Amino acid sequence: MDQNVENHGRLEKLEGIGCSRKRREDPRFIQGKGNYVDDIKLPGMLFAVMVRSPYAHAKIKSIDTSKAKAYPGVHAVLTADDLKPLKLHWMPTLAGDVQAVLADGYVSFQNQEVAFVVADDRYVAADAAELVEVDYEELPAVVDPFKALLPDAPVIRPDLDGKSVGAHGARKHHNHIFNWQIGDKDKTDRAFTDAEVTVKQDMHYPRVHPCPLETCGSLASYDAIRGDLTVWITSQAPHVVRTVVGLLSSIPESKIRIISPDIGGGFGNKVGVYPGYVCSIVASIVLGRPVKWIESRSENLTTTAFARDYWMTGELAADRNGKIKALRVNVTADHGAFDACADPTKWPAGMFHVCTGSYDIPNAHVSVDGVYTNKFPGGVAYRCSFRVTEAVYLVERMIDVLAQKLNIDKAEIRKRNFIKYEQFPYLTPLGLEFDSGNYLPALEKVLEAVDYTALRAEQAQKRADPNCPTLMGIGITTFTEIVGAGPSKSCDILGIGMFDSCEIRVHPDGSAIARMGTISQGQGHQTTYAQIIASESGIAASQIAVEEGDTSTAPYGLGTYGSRSTPVAGAAVARASRKIREKARKIAAHLLEVAPDDLEFDLDQFKVKGDPSKAKTMKEIAWAAYNNVPEGMEMGLEAVDYYDPPNFTFPFGAYLCVVDVNKKTGETKVRRFYALDDCGTRINPMIIEGQIHGGLTEGFAVAMGQELPYDEQGNVLGGTLMDYFLPTSVETPHWETDFTVTPSPHHPIGAKGVAESPHVGSIPCFSSAMVDAFAHLGTTHFNMPYNSYRVWQHAQSLGL
Amino acid sequence: MIPRSFEYHAPTALPEVIALLGQYGDEAKLLAGGHSLLPMMKLRFAGPGHLIDLRKVAELKGISVVGSELHIGAMTTENELIFSKLVAEKLPLLVEVARQIADPQVRYKGTIGGDISHGDPGNDHPAVMMAMDATFVLVSATGERLVKATEFFHGMYDTALTPGEVMTQIRIPVPPAGTGSSYAKLKRKTGDYATAAAAVVVQVQNGVCSAARIALTNVGPTALFATDAAASLVGKPIDDAAIVQAAKLAMAICEPVADLRGDEAYKTAMAGQMVERALRSAVSHVK
Repeated sequence: MDQNVENHGRLEKLEGIGCSRKRREDPRFIQGKGNYVDDIKLPGMLFAVMVRSPYAHAKIKSIDTSKAKAYPGVHAVLTADDLKPLKLHWMPTLAGDVQAVLADGYVSFQNQEVAFVVADDRYVAADAAELVEVDYEELPAVVDPFKALLPDAPVIRPDLDGKSVGAHGARKHHNHIFNWQIGDKDKTDRAFTDAEVTVKQDMHYPRVHPCPLETCGSLASYDAIRGDLTVWITSQAPHVVRTVVGLLSSIPESKIRIISPDIGGGFGNKVGVYPGYVCSIVASIVLGRPVKWIESRSENLTTTAFARDYWMTGELAADRNGKIKALRVNVTADHGAFDACADPTKWPAGMFHVCTGSYDIPNAHVSVDGVYTNKFPGGVAYRCSFRVTEAVYLVERMIDVLAQKLNIDKAEIRKRNFIKYEQFPYLTPLGLEFDSGNYLPALEKVLEAVDYTALRAEQAQKRADPNCPTLMGIGITTFTEIVGAGPSKSCDILGIGMFDSCEIRVHPDGSAIARMGTISQGQGHQTTYAQIIASESGIAASQIAVEEGDTSTAPYGLGTYGSRSTPVAGAAVARASRKIREKARKIAAHLLEVAPDDLEFDLDQFKVKGDPSKAKTMKEIAWAAYNNVPEGMEMGLEAVDYYDPPNFTFPFGAYLCVVDVNKKTGETKVRRFYALDDCGTRINPMIIEGQIHGGLTEGFAVAMGQELPYDEQGNVLGGTLMDYFLPTSVETPHWETDFTVTPSPHHPIGAKGVAESPHVGSIPCFSSAMVDAFAHLGTTHFNMPYNSYRVWQHAQSLGL
Repeated sequence: MIPRSFEYHAPTALPEVIALLGQYGDEAKLLAGGHSLLPMMKLRFAGPGHLIDLRKVAELKGISVVGSELHIGAMTTENELIFSKLVAEKLPLLVEVARQIADPQVRYKGTIGGDISHGDPGNDHPAVMMAMDATFVLVSATGERLVKATEFFHGMYDTALTPGEVMTQIRIPVPPAGTGSSYAKLKRKTGDYATAAAAVVVQVQNGVCSAARIALTNVGPTALFATDAAASLVGKPIDDAAIVQAAKLAMAICEPVADLRGDEAYKTAMAGQMVERALRSAVSHVK
């Protein structure tokens, strides 16, 4: 056989990095054979529902559970008073605050957890929940973070009365959480004083919700005889949950088993620990029976972890040619009633300081104030790394505003300010080291693909025609993300460094199992991790089982969010695979009676250099690992790797969007969306394509319709899928995708992560296009979401 | 999202339905496709003690031509309307509107009779029934009566149906040659109620409008029958000026309620836009 053909056959069989291998997860999902938390049924299992506050702010004068407890089929009704002896009525949040598990004398957001009703089934529980009588004394609510900081604003957190210092420093007001600053303020201020041109823009990134298809839930089962607690849970970070449960319950972690089974989407919503989880665990311990709690859709949308709600003011200082000299940012961050942001401990605004973007900006200063309001807690990264969506939104909007002020084309102004290829690694003025990037070719490729010049000519023609029924807008973003949290020197959660892990065992027949500290919620880990192992160790991907989510079998890891699986766990996979390969080399050398250095690795075998007829396949080596190893070597073929990354990774992209806006109705059609992504080494191009489609669709949803508004009384509006915009295939635009490849220099295989780029990058691109549609009428910005009502209002305000 | 407990009845003939309604009175609710009632029950906004499911009642099914009318059983689903060759041929407007209701899953269950009887101004059929001059057959223990669509809707969830009465059939005159019709609906997304919508039926002879009917969805406590707007079209060509004038007159009768879809001004303006859109489309459909 022709050697090339044979090699090609072996490569195909390997299904390694770069192969568009079909997702191994899909056969079970598309046949309805997934196994989600609510699919799990245990003998004697009880079901629980939450009683929630109808008020946003109220004193609880009394709770009468007697009628509910007397209802047939009810086993327990828990309130804060029942949790107090266990010291579980409050729990720590990931942001250094505390959160009421069940309301302790007062409620501070609508739908807050007040009582937990445990019954034979969910029907009985729902009936009994109605019988819990809570006597509230309603208090004035505040849902606007600026009003919350007024001197006479209602006190949202009486439990913090007199505490002038919080987890992130001084508090300047009873509803203030923290002020966080980064950058050189004096230098930045001077740059503004000296600048030829400055621009300033206020913008609101509305409160939105990740809205995974599967809502949150848990099934806790405590075995009083063994003292073991098992919890099936919708968690993106099962090991962190185990540690938290251990801290809260005083049960040793060795007796706690947390299992994340199949997870129906997370997008950040399933990072935190929620009162329902804690109550199901307590109820199981108290009752000695398994207790299941599953959120309804509206509970999910209005109580467990929102995202965004950032009020941002950006300022740029520049010269007349549009070269940026400084960036100044002030943020008022609405964190709701408890600071339950999911950020690494040291970073109360996450990685917001990536806000200098893809641009060479010499000076920058950022100040963020966290504020309590009578809204539900959260502040998770919705398909992005910690607060990166907000940061990218800010800088991409600001550079557009500057371009408009200077009458420079917004593609051109980006070219003038890009960090140049030769400047990498690039230290930003806010202290991040961008490892790699190549921005100019990416943008030029996009502009050429869409014929940008022709689009601008068409737009000019339409603007000149007063009878044209539509307004045409062109949006551009050239974003840089920061993902892969993160180096343990700067990132931890509850004191645990944000490493991740992989354990590989090669069986005697040459097949293998890999266990991971991460947990897929749809990312396709079972497929892609196997591809990395295949390329690195020579074991065909089809022979590799990937397991995640069970803390009793998986090595400790920090979980999956912030696009960290590939940058962190993917690196651990590569390194563990290389440990396997190096042991295999020694075994092969032993079998072939040559020195290890005389061997070269070729896809799935070791060959003797200069004599390729002498070779041992990985299959042969695996067998030998269990019966014929060199003297002094341990039997078996296993490896574990805990990877602490030296830096974050910095995926980037260039996006372009064309919209047509109906002047009379505000209806907007996304005519074209061209997305070029650079995520470094591409492990599975088909999965990347799918991730980008998903991220763009969620970005479209956020930009064009998603929001959770409140009325003045603190009632959350739009907490159902009737109002909350989840686009279907009917609404979703057609996506065009493209890529360049700039590998990460510090990652073992050069991969950077991709799932979040399309969300982070597309949202400002939609804003850029929508503003552009009105730019000739003087508009520099208007706030999302661009539903037709809001767009019509904007058109009306301009006299259209 | 769990309803209170209730007793379920599945009668197989109309007299049984009437008898059950008589027996349980206010405690009973009729269940058609369930896509309005069941969500209200799940939210515990409604908690009937007895549900009388109409799905096994044969008298409430079927589509047929009787004389110059199409008779449609009240339990006909939206998808049955969409897939009916008879409806497509005789009343294309009914297919057009059914396609714009909710999503395919809902259309497999939701019924025309349920959509009308519920009395929700956000539902799409009421305005279309007004525009098509439909008549509803209402049956009770005391017999049968006919009520015109324009007389049927009294207020939000308030209709001409009296306790113990069931809507059994919808009768719609088949329009003569020279008729064009359209339903224009502005909605935020698939599955949403209309922000505003307009149903339009026009007759054109020798380039001049000889008759017109216009009705509006979700911009008042009931579907609104826009008589002035329709009258303004008659006797002249339906040109741009006439269309804009009719839209203005339609806007004048709107009294929408503000919600997340928009405020009064937006919804009123969109009712006008939908009248314009429907009229242009209807004129292009004239045959």
